[in-house]
Amino acid sequence: MYDFAYHKASSVADAAAKAKGNDDAKFMAGGQTLIPTLKQRLARPSDVIDLAAIADLKSIAAGGGAVTLGAMATHASVAASADVKKAIPALAALAEGIGDPQVRNRGTVGGSVANNDPAADYPAAVLGLGATIHTDQRQIAADDFFLSVFTTALNPGELITRISFPVPEKAAYVKFPSPASRYAMIGVFVAKTAKGARVVVTGAGNGVIRIKSMEAALDKAWSAASLDGIAVSASACNGDIHGSSEYRAHLISVMAKRAVAAAG
Amino acid sequence: MPQVSMTVNGRPIKADVEGRTLLVQLLREKLGLTGTHVGCDTSQCGACVVHVDGKSAKSCTLLAAQLDGANITTIEGLAGADGKLHPMQEAFRDNHGLQCGFCTPGMVMSAVDLAKTNPNASEHEIREWLEGNICRCTGYHNIVKSIQAGAAAMQAAK
Ligand SMILES: Cc1cc2nc3c(=O)[nH]c(=O)nc-3n(C[C@H](O)[C@H](O)[C@H](O)COP(=O)(O)OP(=O)(O)OC[C@H]3O[C@@H](n4cnc5c(N)ncnc54)[C@H](O)[C@@H]3O)c2cc1C
Ligand code: FES
Ligand code: FES
Repeated sequence: MYDFAYHKASSVADAAAKAKGNDDAKFMAGGQTLIPTLKQRLARPSDVIDLAAIADLKSIAAGGGAVTLGAMATHASVAASADVKKAIPALAALAEGIGDPQVRNRGTVGGSVANNDPAADYPAAVLGLGATIHTDQRQIAADDFFLSVFTTALNPGELITRISFPVPEKAAYVKFPSPASRYAMIGVFVAKTAKGARVVVTGAGNGVIRIKSMEAALDKAWSAASLDGIAVSASACNGDIHGSSEYRAHLISVMAKRAVAAAG
Repeated sequence: MPQVSMTVNGRPIKADVEGRTLLVQLLREKLGLTGTHVGCDTSQCGACVVHVDGKSAKSCTLLAAQLDGANITTIEGLAGADGKLHPMQEAFRDNHGLQCGFCTPGMVMSAVDLAKTNPNASEHEIREWLEGNICRCTGYHNIVKSIQAGAAAMQAAK
């Protein structure tokens, strides 16, 4: 690992001030992606700004028709939260299925969403529920947030403070995990929301995508059978050593039906 | 260079570290606590699992600097001062839960966290919990048996 200067931020304002004007600085949440990346020398930040001491980023709250997760809420704390389990069980179950217990004890929702790994789980829920990403500068709608592989609408030095997920009528997330890493080969998040059905796929290759043909079918009739015969083109999917693009495209249909069935 | 203070196995320590120093490097190289192992460079094997403020974490995927003020327990901190093994360590011995032993420190630390979080974990829950602990020798059967026995012994000792 290349060396860097380590800083502990005491507040959101302090973190933003430390990052200001320094494009080579990186925020660190739990380090569960950043540290492996640094170990492989895939990044070389001059400064690492640790957010762990900012207590008000860790809150988890339900109310007013939404679940709001502080950026530093860990996967384990979301999975265990009685409020989240009651309001949006699919969100708690998604957090419970990330990686392994040790990764869940340290990894955070803000870090996962900011990182936008094309096979990560949380982005599927953020887009699938039409969540709002709050930063230290503005609010960003999920539909405008995920730009492409490892790329988001965040500006350099912009800090996610919390993410607010509207409570859907029903929702479910089903993933086919890679047996080695637990990341999604394909994961599908489905939700019946006040603004219509949403079907979001992660793991296809280029970051989370909505499958509008499936959404339209579910708007007509919410049932797994409504998705019969709706195929996703293999050209929308990556092929790699884990599976061909045809295989991934097929998985999307299978996982989407299972998710609708699970949502009930 | 950041200076860190933490409690390791009940003992207060202070050390000068680089920003990039990993917790596992501090433990093994500066404190001589070589029971915590490193089995991979991808954060996947779990040989390095320790407890940070009572919760299991991968010491190869934490910076020492992050842990200023933290309370760390390693495999060396489980046994009593008189050398009496922790019930989970005893259970691994009784149930032949190890072969080469390389994964064992991480397995035991992970298992103790499980037994505290979910004292009556089913076999299925134990296997799910071991997602981040890889063993290339045992085939896991005896590890699962060890954890069932160790968790029961921990309950009984309460
Ligand atoms: C073995 C292993 C298995 C895993 N399996 C899965 C899996 O199955 N599914 C899955 O989805 N993920 C998985 N992960 C990733 C895990 O979910 C991480 O928690 C997540 O990717 C982010 O880690 P973190 O929160 O610690 O963020 P960090 O690693 O600290 O940061 C990640 C990135 O986000 C930036 N960042 C962090 N917080 C903020 C913020 N508040 N505002 C702006 N930018 C920020 C950082 O600068 C950095 O670029 C796995 C990781 C490991 C090591
Ligand atoms: S050494 Fe393999 S996970 Fe830490
Ligand atoms: S006993 Fe050899 S790796 Fe587990």
